[in-house]
Parts: sequence; structure tokens; C-alpha cells
Amino acid sequence: MAASCWPASGFYREKKRNCSARTAIFDGGMMKNKEGEVANRPDNTAFTQQRLPAWQPMLSAGIVIPGFLVIGLVFIGIGVALFLGSQSIQVLESDYTGLNSNTPCYECSDASKKNCTCSIEFTLTKQFDGPVFLYYGLSNFFQNHRKYGVSRDYYQLSGDTAYFKNPSDSCSPYIYDSGVPIVPCGAAANSMFNDSFRLYQLVGGTKKPVPLDGKGISWWTDYNIVFRNPPLVNGSLAAAFNGTAKPVNWAKPAYELDTSDPSNNGFMNEDFLVWMRRAALPDFRKLYRRITQGDYAAGLPVGNYSLEISYNYPVIGFGGRKKIVLSNVSWMGGKNMFLGVAYLVIGSLCIVMSLVMLIVYAKYKFPEGDS
Amino acid sequence: MKWTNPLALFRRKERESEDTVRTVVSNLLYEHLKKKEQPNRQYKGNAVKTTKYTPWSFLIVNLWEQFHRVANIYFLGIVILNFIPVMNAFHPGVAIIPLCVILALTAIKDAWEDIRRFQTDRKLNNLPCLIYSRKTKSFEEKHWKDLHVGDFVKVLSNEVIPADILLLHTSDPNGVCHIETANLDGETNLKQRKVVPGFFNPNSPFEPRHFRGAVVCEKPNSDLNHFKGYIEKDDQNKTGFGVESLLLRGSTARNTDESAGIVVYAGHETKSMLNNSGPRYKRSKLERMMNSDVILCVLLLFGLCLVGAIGHSIWLETFQSIPQYFIPDNNGQYTSSILAGFYMFFTMIILLQVLIPISLYVSIELVKMGQVFFITQDIDLYDEKQDTRIQCRSFNITEDLGQIQYVFSDKTGTLTENKMVFRRCSVRGTEFSHAENAVRLAVLSETESEEEFILFQQQHKASPLFPDDQTESRRQSTRANVSRSRVTVTKPSDRAFSSPLETDVAPDQKLQQVLRGASLAEDESGYYLDFFLALAICNTVVVSKAPAHRRKAEERPSNSKKQMTNDLPDVFSGEDMTNICTDQGVVTPNPGQTQKTQLGCLVHYESQSPDEAALVHAAKAYGFTLAERTPDQVAVRLPSGQMLSFQVLDILAFDAKRKRMSVLVRHPHSREIVMYTKGADSAIMDLLEQPLLEKQVKCNTQQQLDQYARDGLRTLCFAKRILSQKEYEDWSKKRQEAISAIDQREQLLMDTTVFLETKFTLLGATGIEDRLQENVPETIQALREAGIQVWVLTGDKPETAVNIAYSCKLLDHRDLLFTLNAHNKAMCNSTLNNHLEEVKRYGPPERSEEIGLVIDGRTLGLVMDEDLRSKFVELCKHCRSVLCCRVTPLQKSEVVKLVRDKLGVMTLSIGDGANDVNMIRAADVGVGISGQEGMQAVMASDFAISRFKHLSKLLLVHGHWCYNRLSNMIVYFFYKNLAYVNLLFCYQFFCGFSGTAMIDHWIMIFFNLFFTSAPPIMFGIMDKTLSAETLLCMPVLYKSGQHSEGYKRRTFWIAMLDAFYQSLVCFFIPYWTYQGSDIDIFTFGTPINTASFFTITLHLAIEIQSWTVVHWVIMLGSVLVYFIMTLVFSALCVSCNPPANPYWIMQQQMNDPVFYLVCILTVAVALLPRYIVHALRGTNAESLHLWARKVDRLAPPERQQWIREWKSLWHPSVSGQTGRPTPPLSSDPISLEPDSPFSDRRL
Repeated sequence: MAASCWPASGFYREKKRNCSARTAIFDGGMMKNKEGEVANRPDNTAFTQQRLPAWQPMLSAGIVIPGFLVIGLVFIGIGVALFLGSQSIQVLESDYTGLNSNTPCYECSDASKKNCTCSIEFTLTKQFDGPVFLYYGLSNFFQNHRKYGVSRDYYQLSGDTAYFKNPSDSCSPYIYDSGVPIVPCGAAANSMFNDSFRLYQLVGGTKKPVPLDGKGISWWTDYNIVFRNPPLVNGSLAAAFNGTAKPVNWAKPAYELDTSDPSNNGFMNEDFLVWMRRAALPDFRKLYRRITQGDYAAGLPVGNYSLEISYNYPVIGFGGRKKIVLSNVSWMGGKNMFLGVAYLVIGSLCIVMSLVMLIVYAKYKFPEGDS
Repeated sequence: MKWTNPLALFRRKERESEDTVRTVVSNLLYEHLKKKEQPNRQYKGNAVKTTKYTPWSFLIVNLWEQFHRVANIYFLGIVILNFIPVMNAFHPGVAIIPLCVILALTAIKDAWEDIRRFQTDRKLNNLPCLIYSRKTKSFEEKHWKDLHVGDFVKVLSNEVIPADILLLHTSDPNGVCHIETANLDGETNLKQRKVVPGFFNPNSPFEPRHFRGAVVCEKPNSDLNHFKGYIEKDDQNKTGFGVESLLLRGSTARNTDESAGIVVYAGHETKSMLNNSGPRYKRSKLERMMNSDVILCVLLLFGLCLVGAIGHSIWLETFQSIPQYFIPDNNGQYTSSILAGFYMFFTMIILLQVLIPISLYVSIELVKMGQVFFITQDIDLYDEKQDTRIQCRSFNITEDLGQIQYVFSDKTGTLTENKMVFRRCSVRGTEFSHAENAVRLAVLSETESEEEFILFQQQHKASPLFPDDQTESRRQSTRANVSRSRVTVTKPSDRAFSSPLETDVAPDQKLQQVLRGASLAEDESGYYLDFFLALAICNTVVVSKAPAHRRKAEERPSNSKKQMTNDLPDVFSGEDMTNICTDQGVVTPNPGQTQKTQLGCLVHYESQSPDEAALVHAAKAYGFTLAERTPDQVAVRLPSGQMLSFQVLDILAFDAKRKRMSVLVRHPHSREIVMYTKGADSAIMDLLEQPLLEKQVKCNTQQQLDQYARDGLRTLCFAKRILSQKEYEDWSKKRQEAISAIDQREQLLMDTTVFLETKFTLLGATGIEDRLQENVPETIQALREAGIQVWVLTGDKPETAVNIAYSCKLLDHRDLLFTLNAHNKAMCNSTLNNHLEEVKRYGPPERSEEIGLVIDGRTLGLVMDEDLRSKFVELCKHCRSVLCCRVTPLQKSEVVKLVRDKLGVMTLSIGDGANDVNMIRAADVGVGISGQEGMQAVMASDFAISRFKHLSKLLLVHGHWCYNRLSNMIVYFFYKNLAYVNLLFCYQFFCGFSGTAMIDHWIMIFFNLFFTSAPPIMFGIMDKTLSAETLLCMPVLYKSGQHSEGYKRRTFWIAMLDAFYQSLVCFFIPYWTYQGSDIDIFTFGTPINTASFFTITLHLAIEIQSWTVVHWVIMLGSVLVYFIMTLVFSALCVSCNPPANPYWIMQQQMNDPVFYLVCILTVAVALLPRYIVHALRGTNAESLHLWARKVDRLAPPERQQWIREWKSLWHPSVSGQTGRPTPPLSSDPISLEPDSPFSDRRL
């Protein structure tokens, strides 16, 4: 039977195949190798002739059934693990904006009040497994606003004193406070969150302070590489900041941010670092402290607690909210049921699809093609 | 003359620009003058400069050119926007990068091209040439660039001519010089050039100092075949000259030891340079469609930006008091919401600019380069005989090849070989069938392959045609013959019209007997002699003698034959003679021996048209050997061995209007002035002298001519006229006047010519076969099955054309054949109406495929009329093939334009000759066949192939591939850009429409530049939906491209919707995962970016239909590059892009299992719909295309079986079938029709 349905293609191919045979015929004669006269002949390689061996996947119901089945099962497995992992995470949230008059911080929500303190009391009926993380949360706060984000001076923050005198224009208009350059300049630093919290366990009417650990709450790279304090002048950080003004909204200059720990000052203040890392979304929380020490290293035991808030940061004006979050974390971070549920749903969907495909396959199968 | 007055100078210049002529005088007379005072100084020098730039102007000129492109201006606009502080979205410096990259890449490409041009120019300008110097009174060797108009140049044999030179002297005793114009028009035959009349003095050496006249000629123009002027001597005598005295720059002098002349055009003003037009730019249909979608993208971008702007204004309005994160301007003022929204609009444009696929244009260019590479690499489109590949002359319409609906083809040289073979003749009404010759050709026609040819050689040598005593020597030489024939067959381009097929004619025995009994005295047999003399001399065939010059010609460095000459020296030199001498009987491979054979044997014929060569060879077969031709005389050796030298009085060259040519000679013995004429029957039959006696002869001859035409032969009539001395002298005077006239010269010449060509005596007629090229019927059949309408446009008469059409399967004997042949408009109209009514009974246009239409040139002229056009087009829609006969080149292009514009279809024209140039230019795709009729067609074409059969692979395979690849890639690009941009847009809803990007700007640039650029380009170059074999076997698959199924508006919108869905998934799954957490911007952006990268890449992976090593390497490479580059970037970039801070984020994320979980889930959800749709579509294989893909995956024998079965089911009506065929599973194959091309091959 003829090999080809169209003569030309067969003709070509046969010609190629018979090439050596043909030369053999002429070898006996005068015919020399004729490569010399076919200078333009294209290379007959699989690449140039577009005949590279190829895998030609062809999706069809028969092929995708096992795929869907496997993916479905794996996804369901992952989903269950995530779901259970997320279930085990304990979270305690409390809004302390004080909008309503019956909330504890209602008094303090009046912007005119300075140095206002309020406290939230709560009861744990179940052990809160440690390590417990204390977050503050803000809503409707657009740290990701483009202009807000660029309103800082990277060189200043990396300790370059040249920029202490002439901060970058990107900080505008938070560059000078009545002619004196602001360090750290820019809106990002200026708007730093300045509420502070103290946690007490109420044990028999007395307030037992829960030690809050502020070490290591910022990114390691921020603390160790990106942000640098200016070189000390005469061993003093304050002297290094000489000739600069504090951001307008700040109560204290940068070198006095943490009076309890001299090394936690300037740009190396961890609360400052946490703040300067811009949140991705307008409703966010930021790590405030961790509870890792003393009696509370294993977690917060059952009991009554009081959270004392020094209320400074105004949010009501722009419709924002403030909250405090106590949470422990697992390998998958904080509590979020979404991922687990999504995996379960998609996994189930894949199983359903594999069944659908089975029906389709039975109906339209291509008898020889899929073998 | 002294031109000291500046005003005079000015006037002179003015005159030059207004005058229609240029005047050139010898430079030697003015050599003592200063440069600026020389009379020829305003003419350009011979140095050529084709470079666009100079080193110092490169940057400015190149940038200026680049900013003429809309895309670059768009880019520039974006960059400028970015420098406006209130609008910028990114760090301004960073925004410049993409623009710089693109500008730099283009500049590098341009610079490289220009350097190459510069190098070629320099090489050319420094070629040596001999220029006459007054100081040394001799020709001195200088460079081409030193040459000026008015200089005298000497050209030696085999030298390339440096400028356009008016020939004033040659060393040839006849005052001629031969040139080969292969470099200009590809014609390899020699052309004769004559010294300007009156300047030829063979006895004395050329002395330029004595040249006093002024050469007056045309202004520089590009017409290679026309040139006229005169030399005005001091005594006001004018001597006219034409193109026959002009040596063209770039051609090669041959055969003449020395020739010299004065330079009339130099450098850029030479005809060859003026002919050098740059590459052509066409925009393909796909690109036109794409551009309208780009506009949609622009609208979409505006829409998105508008949403952003309005959203920002509204968002600003929602705040009662100003929050800390609002940034006032420098004065502490806050911009109003409306103004902020207005600014935001432009910021959004910068942010979302990628939506306009600028990179698509660059990618398309790259992809087309790749596609062109693969097309030219195809070994199936390589012609071994000519050693030529397919040439892609237009780089940007490869995908149009996949959408052709109408093919317009020339006949001669395109469908047929244009290798003319003498088949039969009729002398004075008596037919000689040349049966022996037919037998010989039948053997040859089996195939042209060498194996068969040996067979022929063996048969041939045993043939009774050759006397016994010669058989022995023949046998000895068989081996040499084999190799000789092989050389000949493989190199016809160098040795035009000399394959044994054409040169060997086996004489008709009856005719030979008649001749043997004839002598010049007898009345009737005198006609026989006249007939053969006419065959031998009524032409412009040049006899080149010794093979020596050919050898030299072969040694041209550019000639690929050099190698062979070295390999086969002895065989080669014997070759010419064996070709010519076969009928003389003595063939020997030894050149020494050959020298001893008769002198007349050592000739080689060079002719401009293959018909003429065939006729001369035929005459030689009967012993009438054309031995020598000079401008003044032509010598023929008679069968008796006697040499007859005719004085040539004039040659009235062939032209398309007269359709005949004549030679005026003086008979050496009788001193009679005889005019031999040959031409088309229509051009001769009406001009016969008509005594009663002649009537019978004419009648018989006409009958035989009609028979020849029915057999598909090309017919020529031969006639003679005897002139009296008086008649000739009268005419000659008029002729001279006409020649020297400068106004209306053409018309005057034509008048004198027509005046003489009348009162003919008919000698006879010849039938020459123009053989079909190999596989023409199969190719036409395949094109037809592919849904392509094939039209043949030919200058031939209807009978010949119809026969060729039948033999090449353009028409079928079962077809209903309409003929349109009308003398006036009314008649034409009524015929059209009749035909239209009749075809309508056969059903809608798609179904009627058994209708053919034949129309002739005159009628075509009538139907081109405005009111008949639409009817004609309507009729043509019903016809499956249309044959236009006797059409002029202009009509050819008109037909193409009519069909293209009226029906709005994609057209392709294919042709090989200068007469097809118009048609090739008019069509959407022009294909030239590099054949024997010169290179004009190729020069005008977009693609140049060497055989008609290559068309099927070019269209069905490469066209299909290119179209599918490119359309898929374009769709993918639109998808990719929207999928990515929409991520950024989604984020705007969560950042107050402030134009923040959650992905670092560098990463965004990398994303388009490195991560996702290579895979689609590879996809566009290398993806293969179906194998070449399947596409060739099932031409029906081509229809998908014709209907633009690869890229429709619907395809575009589906891709956009999918992109939208996928980007929503890519954004919102990470969003919901990280919602409410302490995640920062770039940490949030990284999983989005990664998931999007994988979605986009895997989306392509689903679309890729065949995975080769290259695909794997590039796809996996892209993934690798993504991770490596982002990791390196995050590790190094502490401060690359302040104040953004991507430092260590990728590393951080890659330590987090949630990152992987998010990415996996996102990619799975994003791709699920597309994957399911593909799986479902693949399952029931709804389209023929998918069915073919399934079949394509089977092993070859199995595949053949399937396709055969499918064909047997569907072939009978395959061209009308567009629906889905049921795979032939259980149904019985329908019995095949007897002459189906597939039936015989099943056995």
C-alpha cells in the first residue's frame, strides 16, 4: 500500500530517505559528492525541519479523570489540615475606639483630651496557649496610599547624616519644622501609632503585670540591615540628632522613644520599625508585644485580665477604628479559616469534576486515541 | 566654456533640473579646470553610499526615526507623565528603563545593519577599474569611487561594469560586446551591445582624447530596457543610440576582450542603483485585526483609568476630616477631590500602561523573524536543481499565507516548466507529427529524476535513429553522459534551455525524406528550405562559441559552480559540445578529442526566450545549424555541410502588441532581400497575401494550428516576404529617420515596422510543448480542497489555456464550462445574465463546484466596466475555477484588484515573468517563481519559490502554522497583559485608588521583560498544532485560517474575560488569605505576583500543543529565571528603588508554607475553567481540527489509514463540507469515483 496520501509529501520524504542510496548508485561513476553545488541547501536537521520529537498532550475527559481525582484528594487533605490548624488558634479581639458611650474608652475618644487612659477588662475561661501575641489593629487607615508610602527618606533612615540637614523632597511637606529639618521626616513617621498598652492579670483584686516583650517584633532585616541609627556623637544618640526637630505629631524625639531601653531608640526602635513597614490593606494589625516571659511563657492562664490603654492616637476623625488583638500563632500564621475552606471546596469540586468527566468520557470516548 | 558668473551657475543648475535630457561631455577636455568649473561636475560621482547614518549622526537620526513609531511615542508620553510630580506612579528613573531597553535594542539592530551596508559599500567603491588619464595618455587602474560622469573607462572581459557606460569601442571585429545581466535581472543569457554607430573603428586603438562630441541622453531613470539619446558632434551631426549601446553597472562583460566608453550615469544615478528599491512593507490581515483590538485595549485602559480617577475623587470625599495619611502639597494645602481625581487619571495610565501591548509589536517582529527562518529552512521548499531556497522578501506577512482564499496564477513558467520542447510542425499545410520525438519525450516525461534518465540514455543509444557505427562510441560514453546529464539537470539556471529534453529533437523521418529529396531550385521544396531557414535565423539566439568564456563565467567567485568545476574538469568542458553535438553523433568525454569534431559542433545557444532555442534546436536536428550570428550577418550550415551567410539588414524585434518578429536578410546567392517572420497565428494569418492557391495552405495550416492548441501546444506561424531592392531602400530611409528621432521614436518605429510586415507567404507552423511542472495537478487539487479558488490568467489563446487547465486538473471533464466571449457590451451583458441564471439553478455559491469559466482578454475588458463588474463577480463566485486568456499584464492586476476589493477576500498571485509583476503587486500576497524568465517577478514578490508545487506546502503547512502560531500568540499577549494589569487595578480598590502598586516596580518590569517574554515568542515561532503530513493530507484543515478562526473578535473577548477572571482569582485568594493580618505591601504582592506568573505561564502550557525540547527548556527556564531573579533582586536590593523596600521579602515568603499553599490554590482555581473547557472540547473533538489532532498523534501507518478512511467518506464533497465529520468507525466506505486521485493510490 502506498505510504502517503499526497504524492508530494511522500515524494519528499522518500527522497530524503533514499539520499544515501542514490549517492551509492553514482559512486561507481563520475559522480562526486554533490555537496559543493548545493551550497544553499538547508540543513536537514530535526530542528530546522520542525520535526523535533514532540509530546503532544491532548486534553480529553479520559486523561483528566485521574488528574482531577488526585488533585481533589490532595486538596481535601490540605484543606482539612489547614482547617484544623486554624481552628486551634485562639484569638481575642476588642475594639477600644470608644465610639459608644458604654464602651470603656468613650471618654478618651474626645480628641481634646490629653494623656487619657482607659482600660478594658476581660476574662479568660480557657487557657490561652502561648506564645501569645499582642497586636494593635487599625481600620480604614490607608498606609498603602501611594503618597503616604513614599513620604519618607530612605537615606535618612539608614543613618546618613547628610540627609539630616537636607531631607529628601519625598518627605514634603513634613521636611522642616519652622526651618529645622525634621528627623525622621515624612508623613509615614509623623503618623506613627502612639497608643501604649499594659496588661495585668487580676489576681485577687491586685493587678499583676503581665510582662510584655518588645524584642524581635520587627523584621530582622529592618532591624539589622535596612534601618540604621546615625553614628553616635560622643557616645550619645541625642547628640547625633542635634540640629534636627522631632516629627510634629510626636511627643518625644526619636532618640527618646523608649526610655526604659537605651538601645531601643532612634530609628532602631522596634515599634517604629513595625510602623514603618507599610500595611498592605487599610484594615490591618501590627504586632505590639509578645508574651513570652515569666509565668506567662506558656500562655495566659484562666482568669480576669485588665488591659490598660494610654489613648493618644486619633482615628475617629477619618472613620477609623482601633482594636487590640490577643492571638497565638501556628505554622500557618494567624487565624484564617478562608484557606482551609477554599481548599476543601476546590478539592470537592475537583472530585465532582472527575465524576462529570467520567460521564463525558463514557459518552464520547474516542476508542483508539486514548490508548 | 567658463562658468564664472554665479547667476549663470544657478541658471545652469536650473536647466539641468528642468531639462528632460542630460548632456555629458568628455572630462578630458576640461581636466585642467578646477573641480567646480568642470561641466560635468553637477552629476553624481560613482561612489555609492547606502548607509543611513554616519557615526556622529547615528544617535540623533536613529532616535528621530524611532520616535516616528506610535508605540515609542506612547512610551515617551508615559515617561514624561512620570516626571510630573503630581502624577507620577513610580520613581521617574525607573520608568525610563523599558523605553531605553526598546530604543537600545532597535538602535543596535539598526547600527548593525548599517555597518553591514557600509562594509558592502566600501568594498564596492574600492573595486578596481581602468580610467583614462590625460596625463599618461593611457588607462590607469583606479577605484570605482574615482569615476565621474564624462570619464572614459575600459572594461576587460569578465569584469564587472562600474557605471552606466556608453559603448564607444570594443576589441570585437564586429563592434559588439556581450554582457551578462544576471546581477541585475537574473537573466543568465548573454546580451549583445553595439558600439554607437559611426564610432566603431576596428583597425585603430581607441583614443578618448579625440572624442569631441556631447552625449545627450535621458535623465537617469530606472528602466533597464530603455535608453535613448544622441551624440552631437562639433559639426552638429547627430548620431542616435539606444539601450543596445549602454553597458549597465553591475553587469559583467563577457566574450569581449576589451571594450571602452564614456560614463553617462554614475553611482546612485545608474539604472541598477535606481532599480534597487528597499524591502517592502505590508501589513497583514491579522495585524489589521489586531490593531483594532489594540484600540479596544486603549478604550479599556481609559475605562479603567476613569474608574480609578472617579474612585479616587469619591474616596477623598468620604472623609469628613483629613486623616494623617493624606499628604498636603508643599504649602500645606490639600488638593481638591476633583483635581486629585484628574491627576489620578494620568497616574493610572502610568500604572496600567502595560495594558497597551507595546511589547507585542516587538514580539511579533521577533516571531516573524523566527517564522521566516523556519520557512526558508524547509528542505521541501529547496530546489536542488537551481540550488535555491524559498526567499521571504516580505518579513511581515507570513501569517497571510494561512488565510488565502483566491490564488491567481500565471500559466507559462508557473504551471508549466517554460522549458519549450519542439513537438511537431506543419510545412505548407502538410503536418509532420514527429512521432519519434513524442516517443523520446514520453520516456523523459515519466520523471526528471536521474535514474530514469539513465534508462532513457540506454534506450536512446539503441534507437535506430543513430547509425550503427556510432553506437559503439555512444556506449563508451554512456557513463560520461550520465554525469553530464546530471550536471545539466542540476544546473539549468546557469545554462539556460540546454537540458537534453529541449535540445535533442528526434527528426521526423517523413520530413527528413522530403528534405533529402529537396534542392533549392524546386519550387515546392524551396518552401521547406525556407521554413527551416526561418526556424534557424528568425530569432535573436546568440551563438557562443568556445566553451572558454563559459569556463570563466563559471569561475565567478559568487558562483556555486566553482566547486564542481574543480571536481569535474574534464567532464565539464565536454559538456557543451555533447549537448550540441548529439545529433552529429560523436560524443566523447575527452575534450581533446572533441576539438577534432566539426567546428560547427562547438556552439552553444543563448536565447532570451526558450521558444526560440527550441526552434533553433529543431532546425539543427534537420541539419540546419545556426552557426554564427553577428549584428550584421547570420550563418547557417545546411545539411549538405555548405555554409550560408546571410547579411542581416534589420531585425524587427518582438513586441507584445504585434506579437511577431521579423528578420530582414539578404540571401547570399540570389541577393534577394527576404524577410522571415514568426509570430502568433492571429498576428500573421490576416496579413497573408491571398492568391487562390494560398487559401488551401492557409486553411490546412489553421486547422493544424487549432489541433496543436487543443493538444496544449504553443503555436507559432512562420512566413516570409521577398522585398525588392527599391522597396527596401525606401523603407530603410524611413526607418533611419525613425531611429534618430527623439520624440515619439517608439511610435515611428512601430509604424515603419508594421508597414513592412504585410503580404506574407505562409511557410508553416510549429507546435511547441510547454511541459507542466511536476506535481502541478496535485498541487491545484490540494489547493482546491483547501477551499482556495484557483484562477489562471494567461496571455495564451483560449484553446491552449483550456487544455493546460484540463491537464493540470484545474478543470474537470465533468465540469460545466461557461465561456464568456463577447464583442460588445450589450452582448456581454446578456451572456452574463444567461450564465448567472444558469448557475443559480445549481444552488448557492458554496455548493456549485462543477462550474468553470473561460473568459478572454477582450471580454474581460468589457466586464471590467462599472455596471457589469458586480455581475461578473457574482458569476465568478459560483465558479470553482476561472480561466482568463489573452490578458495583458495590466488586466491581470485589474482582475486581482477587482476580486480582492469586491469580494473582500485574501488573494495570492503567483507568476514568474515580467508580465506578472503587476498582478503580483496587486495581490495581498505575491509569490514569484524564480525561473528562466528573469527576476522581475521575484523582485516584486513577497515570497519567491522555485517550483509551483512548493505552493501547497507553503500555504497548507507554513501558512497554516504561521497563522495559527501568530494568532494564538497575539491572543495570549492580550490575555497576559490584561491578566497582569487587572491585578494592579484590583488593588486600587483597597488603597483608595491612589495608584499604589503592591508589586515592586522593578519586578513588574522584569515580569514583562524576562519572566514572561520568551515563552510566548517561542510559542509563536515553534508551536505546531498539526504535523506537516496531516496538513498536506487534509487540505480542508486550511479552511480554519480562511475563516480567520484563529483570531476573531470573539476569541479576543473570551481571552479577555478569562484574563479578567484569572486576575480576580489571583488577587482575591491572597487577599482573603491575608485579610486583617499584619502583612505589608510587598509581602502581600509577592504571592500575587508569583501566582499570577504561574497562572500566566501554565495558561500557555495548556495552549501549547506540542512540547519539544525547546519548549521544555524555555518554560522551565522561565520559572527558574523567575525565582532566581526575584531572589537575587530581593537579596541585593537594599536601596535600589527608594523608598520602596523589597529587601528579603521573597526569601521571607519562600520560608512560609502559606505562600506555597496560596500559590497552588490560586493557580488551580484560576486555570480550572480553561482546563475543563479544553478537556471537554478534546473529548468529543467537535471540530475537524481537533479530530485531526487526535489522528495526528497516532503512529504514521495508523494515521494514514484513518485519513484514508475519512477521505473515502468525505472526499467526494469535501470542498463543500465545513461541518464536523463523524470519525469513520463503523460505516462502510463509500465507493470511490474512478478518477479520484485517492483511488489509485490506495493500491
